[in-house]
This record gives sequence, structure tokens and C-alpha cells, in this order.
Amino acid sequence: MRPHSRKRKSKWLVNSILALICFVWLVPTFGLFVSSIRPAADIMQTGWWKVFPHRAWQTVDQVELPKETDLRTPILVQGEAYSDNQLRTGVNVENERLIWENRRARIINVQQKEWTAITNFSTLNYETVLGGKSYKISLPGGGVKTEKGTGMSRSFWNTLAVTIPATVIPIFIASFAAYAFAWLRFPGRRTLFVTIIALLVVPLQVALIPILRDYTSLGLNGTYFGIWLAHTAFGLPLITYFMYNAISQLPKDLFESAFMDGATNFTIFSRLILPLTVPALASISIFQFLWVWNDYLVALIFLGSLPDVQVLSMNIANLVGSRGNDWHLLTAAAFISMLMPLAVFFALQKYFVRGLLGGSVKG
Amino acid sequence: MELQARKNNLIRLLLLTILVPALNIAVHGLIFIFFRDSHLPAILNALLAVIWGAAGIYSIYYSLNWLVEQYPDPWKKRLLPYIFVGPAVVLLGWLLVLPTLRTFYLSFLNYNSEQFVGFSNYVAVFTDRLLVTALRNNLLWVFFGTLACVSLGLLIAILADRSSFERLAKTIIFMPMAISFVAAGVIWKFIYYYQPEQQQIGLLNAIVVAFGGEPQAWLSMVQPWNNLFLIVILVWMQTGFAMVIFSAAIKSVPEEIMEAARIDGAGEIRIFFKIMIPYISGTVLAVTTTIIVFTLKIFDVVMIMTGGQYGTEVVATQFYRQMFMYQNAGYGSTLAIVLLIAVIPVIIVNLRQFRKEGSF
Amino acid sequence: MSWLKRKQLLPAIILVLVFAMVLSACGKSNDQANDGNKQGSTIKAESGTPLANALKGDYKGKKVTMYGPFVDADEVKFNESIKDFVAKTGIQIAYEGSKEFEGTIAVRVNGGNAPDIADFPQPGLLKGFVKDGKVIDVKSFLSDEYMKKQYNQSWLDMATMPGKSGDVMAGVWARSSVKSLVWYNKKAFKDAGYTIPKTWEELIKLSDQIAKDGDPAWSIGIESGAATGWPATDWVEDIMLRTTSPENYDKWVNGELPFTDEIVKNAVKKMTEIWFNPDYVYGGRKSIATTSFGDAVNPLFDNPPKAYLHRQAGFITSFFPEGLTADDYDWFPLPPIDAQYGQPALISGDIYAMFNDRPEVRAVMQYFTMGDSLRTWIQSGGVTAPMNDADSSWYTNEQERRMAEFLKTADTVRFDGSDLMPGAVGAGTFWTGMTNYVSGTVDLDKAMTEIQAGWK
Repeated sequence: MRPHSRKRKSKWLVNSILALICFVWLVPTFGLFVSSIRPAADIMQTGWWKVFPHRAWQTVDQVELPKETDLRTPILVQGEAYSDNQLRTGVNVENERLIWENRRARIINVQQKEWTAITNFSTLNYETVLGGKSYKISLPGGGVKTEKGTGMSRSFWNTLAVTIPATVIPIFIASFAAYAFAWLRFPGRRTLFVTIIALLVVPLQVALIPILRDYTSLGLNGTYFGIWLAHTAFGLPLITYFMYNAISQLPKDLFESAFMDGATNFTIFSRLILPLTVPALASISIFQFLWVWNDYLVALIFLGSLPDVQVLSMNIANLVGSRGNDWHLLTAAAFISMLMPLAVFFALQKYFVRGLLGGSVKG
Repeated sequence: MELQARKNNLIRLLLLTILVPALNIAVHGLIFIFFRDSHLPAILNALLAVIWGAAGIYSIYYSLNWLVEQYPDPWKKRLLPYIFVGPAVVLLGWLLVLPTLRTFYLSFLNYNSEQFVGFSNYVAVFTDRLLVTALRNNLLWVFFGTLACVSLGLLIAILADRSSFERLAKTIIFMPMAISFVAAGVIWKFIYYYQPEQQQIGLLNAIVVAFGGEPQAWLSMVQPWNNLFLIVILVWMQTGFAMVIFSAAIKSVPEEIMEAARIDGAGEIRIFFKIMIPYISGTVLAVTTTIIVFTLKIFDVVMIMTGGQYGTEVVATQFYRQMFMYQNAGYGSTLAIVLLIAVIPVIIVNLRQFRKEGSF
Repeated sequence: MSWLKRKQLLPAIILVLVFAMVLSACGKSNDQANDGNKQGSTIKAESGTPLANALKGDYKGKKVTMYGPFVDADEVKFNESIKDFVAKTGIQIAYEGSKEFEGTIAVRVNGGNAPDIADFPQPGLLKGFVKDGKVIDVKSFLSDEYMKKQYNQSWLDMATMPGKSGDVMAGVWARSSVKSLVWYNKKAFKDAGYTIPKTWEELIKLSDQIAKDGDPAWSIGIESGAATGWPATDWVEDIMLRTTSPENYDKWVNGELPFTDEIVKNAVKKMTEIWFNPDYVYGGRKSIATTSFGDAVNPLFDNPPKAYLHRQAGFITSFFPEGLTADDYDWFPLPPIDAQYGQPALISGDIYAMFNDRPEVRAVMQYFTMGDSLRTWIQSGGVTAPMNDADSSWYTNEQERRMAEFLKTADTVRFDGSDLMPGAVGAGTFWTGMTNYVSGTVDLDKAMTEIQAGWK
């Protein structure tokens, strides 16, 4: 009986610690979600947690003092004397609180703590982000016309067109290269590998101007092909590094037996290695997808921000207005933009299975 | 007779060597031009682009591999590795290596790249007050950021593996990774926001005030701790990365070994340290390396939250300022090279590990 | 229950997404349909000039690319304002906007992918490109007399920058905005019985009065992400114009008058008469560096108002709470300090520079020198025209019309100094130095030395 109850107790422990961590992790995102369904004015004035029932001071009564009351001497309210400062921050009297409502008009609020919740909700943020903002233009003959922004549909598809190949292509190239570095012997292998790893740290901004120059002379600017190549190059060092790790950890006998059976390197790679490294492939694909999906700078430089090639991140960044005056729209936009990568994550989850390797070496 | 056959083979080989790459370039070039000049509706455009990208790369490799297979054996063995690494090397060489070399060259010139100034840029980097702060901050990022991400990621991966709601937990921890940096800026704005009076809209200050404290401007005035608050944001966003990789790794530890140890009476913690860690040591090193490099390059989080001010600047934000806002190419390039130099120790450790594993 | 199986969840999510996107696509506007702009606009050009050729239809179907920092509402207003030109000449003007303009324009120009026309809100940034010889001299196709007719001499002076071999007229001024404005809550002022101050002493007296009545007079915020500190530079520039001669101001902007000079230090000290007085500022000095410039205006419109005055350029109206009308707020110019320097006006503006020389680009540039190119934008609000032929009757907003009048009648007009200085100072040490000084990290002398160090 003892091992069973110990297992149950430890499972309970595991579950509760994990639940605590998950809760803390979720709080920031949850805050964003709550803010996204509140009207813009509320977002700036009250904390988002106030939508939940809480006890707060609510005004139940008001006391108006004579207009000439001198604020520098103790002020008499309901028989007691208080200082101006006390009334500014609020002074507790029994279970009530006295606080200035309007100092100039000499009005004091009498407040009591009550359960309350601020439940002003509105989906205006989402509507604006999805459907486009509306702008008022004045016409010369008088009158006003409303121009509607374009919403997110076009940039969504553009981003997809950029992201999927920019994930698939580097994965392919890196896997082939990693296989060669791990299992094939050829001159220059070590130097090339070290260089690729060293490139991990190169900040991509150093490459912007030279690449742009080359692209302009080749006519690759503003094309999907150009940005695929750019993202591939920026992602290759990391993906190669990871795939090398994954492939080099596979047992060598596997390939030797397959090789002896007459398989070519290409077949070994596509039929044996790829399936075995699926968890690593899935993980690194998600990250590359994410990185390209959320990227802003590379798309801005190599693709441009004209509406027919604009990506989602640019669309969202421009939503805030020329000076950032509409930043509350970001709350909704962030959620919408998150959905796609999360969907990809879900889809690839099933590849993280245990024991893929077990049993493949025997025989 | 045999000579004739061999000659025929040679000619055939030569023809193919020219034809196959040429065909590849022609086909893909045509498709490229088609995409550039036509104006399809967005959805169709996206679909076709995806198909072209995915199928295209596979077909290139397949055709090149087929070409090499036609060669006689000794040649096959020599050429194949280069086919495999070729595209990677070419792309990286053109798009990353050349610019890096150019940056290295520029770091010895002045701000508009017209005068040779030798090492004076490097001297300036290490004596400027701002940059010394940046270097110190990068150290903070590397140390605390990596430590937190790796340990938390590992912890969560193991806990999730043993829990009853693994998939949900992993999704929750992973979710921040799907958020762009701009959105993360807004999210953490709601946590760190500072208002001088009692009404707070930032969660952290609200908690502080509820416990009777004074609200603080966490990201600007609380120096140098504001760096740590920024690092928290990074940990929140990047732990998902470590967790996902570790999760895959611990699943590859054979269950039989762990069961055997359990039957032998070993406790969970012992199993963890003596069996699991050694098994996944390669992965741990890989993740740690990646996160170290990432924190060395950290840019977006700092730029969005504080713009690199209030003592939070890091090398990458200074690089951006110098290079693009002040248009000082010499100084900016020097900073990029400093980053490169800083990562050399990490690479050396990695190489040693690979050599130990015998695969190098 | 099997409905919720994960396998079907993914397609379901995608379906929902697609549905949403399709829905939103239905709400797209049809730009080509509306063209009610034809009446009331007059584009005229002297024969032989590029614009005249364009109106004849010589460049029909050509495309001109434009890149600038304004997006969103401004971009829509811009596109509306050029509709007439596009319709009459057949030239397509493709504008791209990005908030990362300052960082990316250098990449584009140096990478060989410069736009045909670029909108620079900071002439200092443009200076670098002009020195490298990358910018086309507009005098090569716009005559001197024409330019003198269209703009005041000070605008033309500000557009002249040193090129590779001699001075070049780097572009045309397309938009401007007045910065020396103090905004106030009209209703609250009336209720409290305050009067508009006409001099700096009166302004200080007003602040005292408000403080005596128990409220802080000013609401100030300089936080702005990577650009934190720029509102402080505006204050200093405004005060410089009021405490010293325009020649000194120009010397200061050119780098000849160092920040460590007493004149500059005095201007900063004058500013701190208000900023560092604990009774004058909402939230006190320590909140200045942490309050975002856009949020700083909110206390004015609380009920009751938590502050009464806010000095900022005209764009701040887009940060005002929803639903306010012209009865709720108004502005008065920042009062003069030293009577001998009169009433100066600090302005900012956008200069359009040309990077690629083609006849259709020349035509577009010429169009931008005409007030007509701004007409619908002026009517929709948010911009003041620098050209002489812009009619003040176009302003539908009374406050903006007053701004244009103020611009015309000011004794001295000078451009925002930090936008004229080179990036390392104007978008660098000046911002960070002021932020450090205001937040108390360094004292005045150290701050000025730090700022001056950016000039090297």
C-alpha cells in the first residue's frame, strides 16, 4: 500500500506546484485579455483586476461646507476637526471615510466600503482591430465622410505566405547540413561547422544594409522570395545547431546497419533520420514559425509596408496611431495575432511523444 | 568497348551536371517572376507561395542528390556532403558572413566610413560610461536570464511530465512565446505602471499599495534593479522555449532505465540528478548556449520598455542607436564585433562538449 | 464530448479565424468610388514646369514611391489630400508609412533602395544624407522666385543645407505645426475665475494662485519610450527663444553655442522654476520622467480637474479624452519672458526630400509646394500649412486657424532645435541628458556637459 499512497501524494504535490506556476504565468496575459474587452477610458483609469468583485470605498453621502471655509485651519466636519491634508488622502471615521470630492466647491464625500465590480465591457477594441478604424475626412464643400481602414485580413494572408516557407525552407536546409556535419566526413567540416555556430551571435541588423544593396541590384526587394531567403539565413545558425544536436545523439549503429543494407545517404536521411528527430524538428519549427510570424524589422526592410505585402506585425504596430495615441487597440490586436502561432503549437503538440527511439535499434 | 562505354558515361555525366542545376534555376526563376509580376488575391497568393516554397526546396535537394548518385562511387562519396551543406553554406556566406566581415572592416573606420581610425573605436567602447553600463547590464542578463530560464524550464518540463494536466500546463507556459514584443510591452505596462497617487493601474504597484507601501517606478527610478524587472519579462517569454526542448528531451530517456532504478529503491531526486541530467546533458548545454546567445543579443524587450534609458542599456540597443539613429557606422560596427568576441568562450565550451561526445 | 477533441480543435480554430477575416474583408472600403473632391480645387502651374507637364498627362501611369513616419489617421488624410492630383495627372503616389522611419530610412538609402520622396520630421536627420550627396537639389527644377513666392524666407533658410559641393535646397516644406501652446480646461478656468496670462510673471502668478487654491497648476510628462525627454527639450527651446536673441538660438542649434554656456543654463533654470516647484506640478517632480507625454494631459479633464495647464504642440488634441468639444479646451501661447524678444513661436514641420530624379517625381515635388496639396488635410484638422498660398478660411477648426494666425504674427519663428541638431545630440544626448537632470540622476552642470558631449 505504501508505494501507492506515496505516488498519490507526490502526484498531488506535483500538480499543486505546477498549478501555482501556471497561475502566476497566466496572470499577465489574463490582464491583457481583460483590458482588451474594456473601453479605452476605463483601461487608463482603473486597474483591470477591478472587474472582479472587490471591496472599495463607495460614496454614500456628501457634506457641503460653507464656501469661505479656510483650508489652512482645522476643518470642522460633522463635529470633528480634520486637516486639509487628511481630507486629501481620506480619513477613516468608524467604518466610514471622509475625502474631498471637490476642494474648490468644499464638497466632501462620505464613503463606505462595499462590494463592487467595474463591469463596463465592450468589444469595440476587437471590432476596430478586425474591421479597421474609421477616420473622418472633411470635404471641401462641407460635410464629412468616413473612411474605413482595411482591417487585418490582407496582412494575415501575407504573413502566412511569408512565414510558412520561411519556416519550411530553413528546416530543410539546416537538417541536411546537420546530417552532413554529424555523420559524413569531408574536408572543411570542422571549420564550416564552427563558423555556422559562431554566426549565432551576429545581430541581424549588421546584415541589413549589405543584403538590401544586393537585393536591390538583383531585383529581389519587396518579393516574398527575398524575405524567405533573409529569414532562412537568419534562422539557419540556430536550427542547424539544434538539428546537429538532435542528430548526433542518435545511435551510430542505426546508420551503419542501414548503410550496409545498401541505402543511400539521401534515403537514410529522409526515411530514417527525419522521422527519428521529429520531436526536435517539431520544437524548432515552432520557434522559427513564431519568430518569423512576430518579426517586424526584417519584413519592414525587405518587404516594405505597402498594403499588398504588409505583414500582420506592421499592421498592428501602425494601429496605435502616429503618436501612439491608440495603444489600447494593441490589447485586442495582440490576442488576435497570438491565435495563429498557438494553433500551430497545438497542431505540433502530438509530435512530442515519448519513446520514439525505443526499439528501433534492435534487429 | 569498355573505353567507349566509359566515354559515353562521361559525356552523359557532364551534360547532366550542367543540365540539372540549370533546369532548377530556370524553373524557379520563372516561378519567381510569375509571383513578382502577377497580382493574385491574397489567399491564392499565400497558398501558391507556400506550395512553391515547400515543394521547391525538396525538389532542389532531390534533383541534386539524384545527379550526384549518377556519379561513380568515389566521386559520389566526395561530392554528396557538399550537396548537403552547400545551400546552407552559400546562403550563410552571402547573407551573414560577408556582412560580418564588412562590419569588422567598418569598425576600424570613422563614423561615415571615410577615415581609418585604427583601434580608437574599441578604446571608446570600453571607456564610455554608457557602454560600460551596457556591458554590465548584458552580464546581468546573461547570468540571471539564463539561470532562470534553464532551471525553470527544466523544472516545469519535469513537473508537467508527471502531472495530470501536462498539455494544458505546457500550453500556458508556452503561450507568452507566441506574443510579439510589442504586445508584451503592453502586457507588462499593465504590471509595472507607475502613478504617483493611490489609484494604480499597474498590478505590481497595486499589490505594493495594498500592503501599505509606496508605489515605485519599477522600470525607471529603481536603478539598477530595473534591469532585473526587465529580465523577468524575458524569463516569462522565453522559458517556454527551454521547457519545450527539455520536455522533448526527457521523453527520450528510456522509461526502462528509470523503472529499474526505482525498483532498486532510488528516490525521484536521485533519479533526476544521476540518470536524467547526464542523459540530457547535451540538450541542457544546447539550450543554455542558445539562451546565453539570445540574452547577449537582447534588444526588443529593452527598447520597447525603456528605450535603453535609466541605466538599462545593453550592447544591442546602443548598437541600434549608434548605427541607425546617430549614423555612426564605425562605433556601431565596433559594438557588433564586441558581441561576437563575447560569445567566443561559449562556442569553445560547446566544441569541447561535442568533441567529448565523440561526434566531432 | 468528442466534439472537443483536440484533433478537431485545430481546424475549428482555423475556421473561426478564416470566418473572422472574411467578415472583416466585407467591411473594406472602396477607395476608388468616392471622388467628391473635384469641386473647389485648383491646381495651376506655369507652363514648362514639371507640374504643368503632368497636368497635361505626360506622366500618366507612372508611379512615385513615398516613405514617411506618419501612419494611421494621418496616412488616410494624406491619401485623401492627394486624390485630386492623382486624378488629374494619372501619376500614382504610393505612400508607405512606418513608425520605424528614423531607423530604417538610413538602411534604405544606403542599401540602394531609397524612396523617390521621403518625409523628414527632423531636418537634422536629412542633413546627413544631404552631406553625402544623396538628395536632389530642388532648385534644379524650381526657380528661386517661385520658391520665394511660396514660402517665407525663414522656411527657405531652413531648407538650405550644405551638400557635397556647396549649399543645396534639400526639399520642400509640406506641413508644419505650432509648438508654443499652453492648453487649458476652458470650463474650469471660467469657473475658477482665472485669466489668461500675457507674460511669464503673470504665468507664475497664475501658478501661485492655482497652488493657493489647492491644486497643482501644471501637468507635465516626458516619458516616451526610446524618445523619453523630448518634451523637456521643447520647453528649453521655447524658453531660449524668449530669453535670448534668435541669432544665439541659431548658434546654439548649430553647435557654436555650447550647452554649458550660461545662456542655455539660464533657460533650463527658468524651466525648473516651474518644474521643480513641488506645488506647481501634478505628481511632483519625480513623476515627470515616468509620466508618458500622452497621458500627461489627462489630469486637465478629470472632474474636478487635477491640473490646469499643459504645454504641448497641437497634436496633443488626439490624446484628449473622447467627446470633448472646442468649448471644453483652448490654448494660449507660452508668454514672452523678456520683452525685448517679443512673442516667439516654436514650430516643427515635415520637409519632403527627393532622392530619385525623374520628371514625374519633380511634378509631385512641385505639387507639394502648393497649399492646395494640403487642403483636405487642413480641413480635416491636425496640420498647419507653411505655404503662403494656403487660405486661412480652409481651417474648419477655430483653434487651428488661430494657430496659423499666431504663426503669421509671431515676432520670431524658429524650428524645433532638437530636430535640427544632428541625431547624436538632438535625438540622443539632449533627450537623455534632460531626462537624467529632471529625474535627479545628475545635476545641471553635469547634465549640460553630458548633452554637449554628443556634439563631438
